[in-house]
Amino acid sequence: MAPGKRSLKWLPPAVYVGGFLPALILLGDALSGLLGADPIKRATHQTGQLAIILLLLSLACTPLRLLTGWTWPARVRKALGLLAFGYAALHFGIYLFDQNILLLAVGEDIVKRPFITVGFLALLLLAPLAWTSTPASMKRLGFQRWTRLHRLVYLAAALGALHYWWGVKQDRTVPTLLAAGLLGLLLLRLVKRPAKKPATRPTSSG
Amino acid sequence: MAKLPRQLEGEEVAPLVTDTAPQGHTRREFLRSATLFTATVAGLGGGLELLTRRPSGTAEAQAAAVTRKRALGPYDTSEPVTSYQAMTTYNNFYEFGLGKDDPSQNAGSLRTRPWIIKIDGEVRRPQTVDIDTLQSWFPLEDRVYRMRCVEAWSMVMPWMGFPLAALIRRLEPTGKAKYVKFTTLQDPKQMPGQRSGVLDWPYVEALRLDEALHPLAFMAVGLDGKILPNQNGAPLRLVIPWKYGFKNIKSIVRISLVSERPKTTWALAAPDEYGFYANVNPAVDHPRWSQATERRIGEVARRKTLPFNGYADAVAGLYKGLDLRRNF
Repeated sequence: MAPGKRSLKWLPPAVYVGGFLPALILLGDALSGLLGADPIKRATHQTGQLAIILLLLSLACTPLRLLTGWTWPARVRKALGLLAFGYAALHFGIYLFDQNILLLAVGEDIVKRPFITVGFLALLLLAPLAWTSTPASMKRLGFQRWTRLHRLVYLAAALGALHYWWGVKQDRTVPTLLAAGLLGLLLLRLVKRPAKKPATRPTSSG
Repeated sequence: MAKLPRQLEGEEVAPLVTDTAPQGHTRREFLRSATLFTATVAGLGGGLELLTRRPSGTAEAQAAAVTRKRALGPYDTSEPVTSYQAMTTYNNFYEFGLGKDDPSQNAGSLRTRPWIIKIDGEVRRPQTVDIDTLQSWFPLEDRVYRMRCVEAWSMVMPWMGFPLAALIRRLEPTGKAKYVKFTTLQDPKQMPGQRSGVLDWPYVEALRLDEALHPLAFMAVGLDGKILPNQNGAPLRLVIPWKYGFKNIKSIVRISLVSERPKTTWALAAPDEYGFYANVNPAVDHPRWSQATERRIGEVARRKTLPFNGYADAVAGLYKGLDLRRNF
């Protein structure tokens, strides 16, 4: 349901709070021993899954807006993207801790293992996007350049999905579903250009 | 500098014009926003939790250590034994699901009595034997062994059972016997995980005959002095402490002595990741992770993985002249 002319002020904060909740609950689970026999591995998996799900949600915003004409998806896109980056960084942080913060071992992992390489690349790609997520950055870069830079999100999501797919031992159902969702969103973006109606105001094709 | 299209300006840029509503409306408006805010928080937070959170166990159960006193024999490690809770709820047993919690939750459907084991192949005494009869052939003993999973986690487990060598000798292998092949039960009714084609069922594992005759090679029927829980491979499983955990085949229904090296399940599923030998080796990495370190369940810092899981003095001789990098 499209909220008409009503205020959507409450929406981005709600997304931040709702998206941050799993991190809080994860901390609670860790402290109360609910993460099972290998809590670090469990926390790594969960933060990684949260990162990729939130990234997909943020990618779904623009197609959703174009298909429906609703304005609210555009309001939550940034929050979802930043949350995704936050969980990806947390995921990497827990992995660092897991490796006893032995940067040598981590560096070797990143270089030697394609599965780690693509995950790390995805995180590296997300970092500048998070950095330039403010209106000030958008102004500084100019809309065109900003848009072009932020298209990297598709590459980051693809690498993230590949990282997940490679990381799983045997049953690849979930990573496959995620990859399919990502592909669907990409196709939607390629097919569905913004309408040339002033009703839904034009964007550059980004 | 390009002008921003309006719908991309965030709230923080464009002050809202809708806030000029008449006084009577603001309260209703506020209530509405508060309700929607709460619903959104709950919806997004709850949805994400549903998709990703898998809580398991409780703190006190995790902490409940195994305290049974036992006299340590020549094969035992004196390291602290893993908590019984962890040993029985953190399992890989794909016949009951892929998650670590799945076996303990789903293995109740396994009927371990009556349980017939077929013994065939290159033996002078092929036979079918009931588990209770087979068990009665040998005095049961305790063995505290390290267990190292190929996924780079490890435990210290107090098995109860009998040496595999005692069983093999009793079966009297012929001169043609070179390998021992073990097969797990195949029955999707009892083992719901077998309805998925994630592996080629039934699970098959094998050892070279000299490995099987090594005094460390063990057949377990119990854990921590109690009968083996279903999720740990009841009623009969293999324990080879110097090899990765997937060699320790569970719920065995057939033991065959054969002359050719059998095709084993994980080596078939992913030949570049899981070899026939599967000896614990910190110098040979799994393609997707290093095997140099491991997490001992219950400990925070990783520990160094030892060659042959710390049993090198006893077993390295079995592999003289074998390139362990190629025969991983």
